[in-house]
Formats: sequence, structure tokens, C-alpha cells
Amino acid sequence: MSIRNTTIGPEPLARREAVRADPVQRHRRMVEIRAAEERIREFHSSGQAWGTTHCADGQEAVAVGIAAAARPTDQVWIAHRVHGHGLALGCTLESVFAENLGRSTGSVGGIGGSFHLTETAVGLVHSFTIIGAQIAQAVGAAYAMQVQGKDDVCIAQFGDGAVNIGVFHEALNLAKIWNVPAVFVLENNQYAEFTRVDKMTPIEPLAKRGDAYDMPWAVVDGQDVEAVRLAMVDAIELARSGGGPTLLEMETYRYLGHSRSDLAAYRPEGEFDEWQSRDPITQSRNALLEAGLVTESELDAIDAEVASSIEAAAVAALAGPEPETSAMFNNVLAT
Amino acid sequence: MLAQGGEPLKKRMRMNQAIAAALHDEMAADDTVVCYGEDVAEAGGVFKTSQGLLEEFGPMRVRDTPISEMAILGSAVGAATAGLRPVVEIMFVEFFGVCLDQMVTQAAKLHYLTNGAVTVPMVARASVGAGRGFGATHSQTCETWFTATPGLKIVHVSNGASAYGLLRSAIRDDNPVVFLEPKSIYGTRSEVVLGEAGIVPLGQAATMRTGSDVTIVSLGQLVGAATEAADSLENDGISVELIDLQTLKPWDRNTVLASVARTQRAVIVEENPFSGGWGNDLSATIAAELFGELEAPVLRVTTPDVPVPFSRSLEFQYLPSASYIASQVAQLCQTGKTPEPWWSQFT
Repeated sequence: MSIRNTTIGPEPLARREAVRADPVQRHRRMVEIRAAEERIREFHSSGQAWGTTHCADGQEAVAVGIAAAARPTDQVWIAHRVHGHGLALGCTLESVFAENLGRSTGSVGGIGGSFHLTETAVGLVHSFTIIGAQIAQAVGAAYAMQVQGKDDVCIAQFGDGAVNIGVFHEALNLAKIWNVPAVFVLENNQYAEFTRVDKMTPIEPLAKRGDAYDMPWAVVDGQDVEAVRLAMVDAIELARSGGGPTLLEMETYRYLGHSRSDLAAYRPEGEFDEWQSRDPITQSRNALLEAGLVTESELDAIDAEVASSIEAAAVAALAGPEPETSAMFNNVLAT
Repeated sequence: MLAQGGEPLKKRMRMNQAIAAALHDEMAADDTVVCYGEDVAEAGGVFKTSQGLLEEFGPMRVRDTPISEMAILGSAVGAATAGLRPVVEIMFVEFFGVCLDQMVTQAAKLHYLTNGAVTVPMVARASVGAGRGFGATHSQTCETWFTATPGLKIVHVSNGASAYGLLRSAIRDDNPVVFLEPKSIYGTRSEVVLGEAGIVPLGQAATMRTGSDVTIVSLGQLVGAATEAADSLENDGISVELIDLQTLKPWDRNTVLASVARTQRAVIVEENPFSGGWGNDLSATIAAELFGELEAPVLRVTTPDVPVPFSRSLEFQYLPSASYIASQVAQLCQTGKTPEPWWSQFT
């Protein structure tokens, strides 16, 4: 067995089942992700965390929609902008915070940093910081499902910047000719680092690239968590039933710069406001109210509960010990 | 696999057949072993190293791929994390140049970066080396692309028996292994011990012959040239201990240092340009550990700092020959000084 469960306690799985089962929990998780990333930036601005960090404020619906659709046994491969995906899939706040702080209680023991999360109990294999690398790996894992006769699906998430790197093409082509149970999630947040997507890619929508591999594709409203979830459910079911891979483009928007040091001054005026008028959390709030699933006061209570859980997790993470010196020598080789 | 009477089964075969036999035997022993790459399945490999596997194990486990090294290697990483033991072929080691990320930054680090939660038991096989007239872009060993990457193991085989035995170990290993095969000796026949008895552990050098005056440490196809050199040196009264390193990472310090401590002279014969080769690591280690006990400086016999030239005469000048190795070793033993390499007049 190549993956062992290093999770301590049942919490990640319970967190995952919550977003799979309940639309109110999905909303709550988006609120949590937004607040968590804000808190992570505070770790940096206060000097408690070092290095850099990549936030995905505004993209919460994509993360939660994927997590709600996939089973915990399905395997998920995420790009570097991972906090939201990790929390959506079931990582605890403390493990994400502590990893950002480089503490031994972090998701991978403080060895990885802000952009390296693993939670195998809920299928989060890892997050990958060389653009597109994980796409080919997910194809291989999906092939492994075929060989072993398993019906789990492998999901590779990546950004709009990844569609112009060679491994994207090689992986999608191989996925199609081998008909592997994979779903490719192209999370288009409109910017690759500092550069607008349309400056670097001549086609629109990006998902049209799927035609090059004779692969079904769709463009999904990435600001709408239920739209993301439903599109994912369809693609996952197609893959699970032997129908092969799908390319889904989630249209969303990165509220902030690429990383901590980037103030995103390159954005055209008005663009941010336009996207913020379709903020995924505000939309989800309105949709839940409209459906009568929740009251205003219950939603306010969720916000307050999330805020206090964030603070409690931050306190716990900050109290976590630095890794022992010996930790850097662990796991260089599997023994 | 035993012959009648319980003796290990020995068979004379070409090195490429020994590789195919190792793949076959591991696939038969373990359902999670799969094999794929460019022309690996239907064609049986461009060097015939996977012949018969498709027929025996079927297209689910033996597959052809497009010319897509990033997808080949990347998918192997993913398949390894998901329960398989993939053995993928990168036809020529130079092709790692288009997918090196998946080897040195992905496969090598995933176990570390997941704090041990994920392991990557995979083998990436590649043909290496000069001596076949394939020119500058298909004749290197490129070993040093991998040597400075913690998290990888590197094997470089020198004959059919070591190819069979080391490949079976590499497949069973839980780490990513770069497995290098000298293309010039794919067709060379030798006796191969098959079955469990033929398995050669990783990380252990093989002492090919014992001697008292000098230790030659080599790897890959040059073990053959070094063996010939040792024969001729023996005739001239110089007793050579010859070590085939077999595994380059991790290399077998104990065997090398114990031998050099006895012979007090070390010669490293390496198919790499002089600058930056792995022999530098061995030399530094030998010098550091045995300083004061050596009768002569450590000598490295390598290729010159040039790309591999095509012309047959030039290519075989480029590669250290048996007679060149013998003459370098003899000069070292006789003078106690490092002789000039043959190319010193040109550089």
C-alpha cells in the first residue's frame, strides 16, 4: 500500500462528510476558508509566519464544490493555492495554520510550508508547486484505479496558468487514450501570477482545449458552489462508470495578488468590483435564505462561530512546537 | 526459480533478455507491477527489453504510450502513490531532460513532503552510454543529473546478471529508482542466475576480482573495459581489485573504503566528462577517510570534457578503453603520481 493514513483522530473525515451532506455546511466552510486565509495573512504581517503564501479569496466555491462532490476515497491533486481546497476537503484549521507557521503539528509536520498539504484520510494526496506536475500524476493514479479494479476517481485541480505548460497536454492526451477515471478541474481565476489569462492564451474559453483530446468539457460558474458541485458530480460519475475523463473550467476570480508581496496593481479598474458583486459567499448566503434552508440569524451565528473557531485554531497552531532538528532527516527515503 | 535438484536456474542470455526476464518475474510475482513507455508493449521495446510481456500479462499492465515523457514519468509517480509499482521506460537517458521535474522534484520529494504519508515505489529505466554510434544526444550517461537529489536511488548495471538481479530489487524497493542500462551491452551474452537466488540487493557493490596493489572502482559498461585492463595489468605484475559499484546512490562506502585501505591505491573509471562526475564524490571520500594511508593520489579515468563525438574512431577514443585504463593504472602504480589524461595535449 503506497498511501498510509497519518491522520490523528476522526476530524478530517467528519469535516468532509459535513460538506458532502449539507448545503448549510458548505456555506459555513466557505466562510471558514475566507476567514482562515485572512488569518494566515495576519500570521505573515505580524511576523509569526515567514516565507510566502498564496491566497484564494473569492475562489471558495470551487474548493467546496469539489469537496462536496468527491468521495473521501477519490483522490485529489491540488495546485499550490491550496489553503481553501485543503480546508474544504477536510484538513483541520489547526493543521493548515500550523503548516503555514512551520510547526511540527502542521499538515506535513512543518516540512512543507504554506503550499504543501496532505490529508490522505480524505483523499488529499498532496498539493503541487511546479505548475501542472500533478496533472500527469493524477492520470497515473487514475490508471492505477483501472488496474486494481477500483471505482475511485482521481481529480487534478490546476489554474489557468497550467494550460500552457507541456505536461497539461501530455497528461490530458494520455488520460483520453487510456480512458482513465479522471476529472480535470481548470480553476480559472483570470490571472497566472501577474498576467491576465487572455494575454497568454489565444482561445476562449480555455476548456475548449478539451476538443484537442476529444474530451468532454464544460465551463462552470465557479462563483456558485452548487453549480460547481453538480458539474463535478456529473464528471465524477462519468469517470466512475468508465466514461473517461472530463475537463471542467471553473470561472472564478482571485481577489488578491499572486502571493503575499503582490498588490495586484495590474488589474483594470472596475474588474474587482464586478467580480465582487458576484461574491461566492454572498451568493451562497442569499441562495440559502431564498431556499428557506436557514435564517439570517442562523447565518450570523455561523459567522460568529467560525470566527471563534479560527481564533481557537490560531492559538493552538501558534502553541505548536517547532519541529525537532531530527525531523529534517525523516522520510528522505521510505524504509 | 530452481532447476531440478534445487540448484538455482542459470541461463546464458543477452542483457536485454535478462532485463525482460526480471520484468517478467516481478510481474508474475506481484500483480501491482506494471510496465509502460514508448514502444514497450507491442514492439517489446526498442532494445527488446520488454519482449513477451504484453502477450503474457495483457494490455492492462503492459502499455505503449505516446512520445510524452512528462506524462510517462508523471503518471508513474501518481500510479506509484496509488498502489502500483510502475516500471516505466525512458528510451534514452537524455529524454529525462524533458521530464526531469517528475523525477527530481516530484518523485524524489513526495515521500518527504507528505511527511511519510505517501510513498513512490517506481522504477524509471533508461538506456545510457556511448559506443553505439548514436551521436552526442543519445550517448551520455547523465548520471549526475540525479546524484545530487536526496530521495532517489540510482542503479547502473554492467552485465546480464546484475541487470536481472538489480532490476528485481529496484522494483521491490519502496523508493523511486533511476535504473540505467548501457545500450552497448544489451546484446552481450552472459550467464544469469534467475529466480530469487539471482536477486542482487541495492546499495551493495560487487567485488569482481580481488587484488592487492590497486582498487579500480567502476560502473556500467566500463566494468568490462576495467576487467580487461585488470587482466593485462595482472600479466604485468600489478594485482588489481575490481569493484563494480552497481548502485550509484547510495554507493557502497564500506566495500570501497575497505578495499582501498588494503590496496592503498584507488582508480575510479567513469563514463562521464572529467568535470563534475560522481567520481569526485568517491575521490573526496577516499581522500578524507584514508589520508596518509594512500601510496598515490586517487586517479580518475573519465571521458574528456566534450560531447560524445559521432565518428567511430573518435567515439572509441572518447570512451576509456581497456588499454588506456591499464596504462593509466600502471603509471599511477609505478610513479605514485597521477598521470596526464590522453587529451591533455588538446585542452
